[in-house]
Amino acid sequence: MANLRLPYLATSALSGLLFGAGLYVSQMVDPLKVLRFLDFTAIPSGGWDPSLAFVIVPAILVMFIAVRIGRRRPAPLFDREFHEPEYKRIDARLVGGAALFGVGWGMSGICPGPAIALIAFPPDGLWIFLLALIAGSYAGSLIVPSGHSKRLADAK
Amino acid sequence: MESFTPLTAALGGALIGLAAAVLWLGNGRIAGISGIFGQLLPPAQTVVWRLVFLVALVAGAWATAWLFPALGVGGVEPAALVSPPATWGVPPPVWVIIAGLLIGFGTKIGNGCTSGHGVCGLARLSLRSLVAVIVFFGVAIITVAVTGIV
Repeated sequence: MANLRLPYLATSALSGLLFGAGLYVSQMVDPLKVLRFLDFTAIPSGGWDPSLAFVIVPAILVMFIAVRIGRRRPAPLFDREFHEPEYKRIDARLVGGAALFGVGWGMSGICPGPAIALIAFPPDGLWIFLLALIAGSYAGSLIVPSGHSKRLADAK
Repeated sequence: MESFTPLTAALGGALIGLAAAVLWLGNGRIAGISGIFGQLLPPAQTVVWRLVFLVALVAGAWATAWLFPALGVGGVEPAALVSPPATWGVPPPVWVIIAGLLIGFGTKIGNGCTSGHGVCGLARLSLRSLVAVIVFFGVAIITVAVTGIV
């Protein structure tokens, strides 16, 4: 039960805190800010807001270093193994899922992280949005299972 | 471009990267929000850390807004959800529900969102994640152009 020990849960909490802080500071929690980045039609008029490119690049760089450090270690600090994603193939489910997510993201300016973080200061309509998110995710779970062993079997 | 905020964007991005680094090196878990959230239901034992992470995520956003309102969107004042394009005649709740369903379903079957594929996957040099990122960014950009929602 490694994942019920205090250091493991404290690490989860620290990561969540940092993640929430980052979403607020970067203004990813402002749907309009996100949409102004996604609005490439504003590029010719100079009205495009490229800020969010400045969010993802340092995020990837920091994580890239962590992945490199992790490769030199047999296991993470508080668990027996690194949990690599079960799915490896590039298939219709990956592309179709990403495309559907892209439509929803473009309609709302909210991806899952900000959707949860917005609970801290919920705008009107957030709760029905979250209920729809849960319902959509549940519908997807009828296709893609939860749990490591089921996912491994499904990925074959 | 009065709304261009590269410094706070980069600081926030570094914090998100640090969050992902802590979860990976500490617990060997990918900080993908749709994954952490979307696998809450059946497997009992991992529910605890997932919930701890998500509650902390809300607390982190709230505490930062409260302590450093000038850094982000203006304190604990909520940033409104966007209204559907006026000419489309879709009621706002319907728009919000469709978007939520698509995001929940799409990230579940595509196994990841902006954080899991975008931050962690690209950092792991995953070709699968690169494909997902190109598709969801591309489709989101097209969706914004088509709807004229901004």
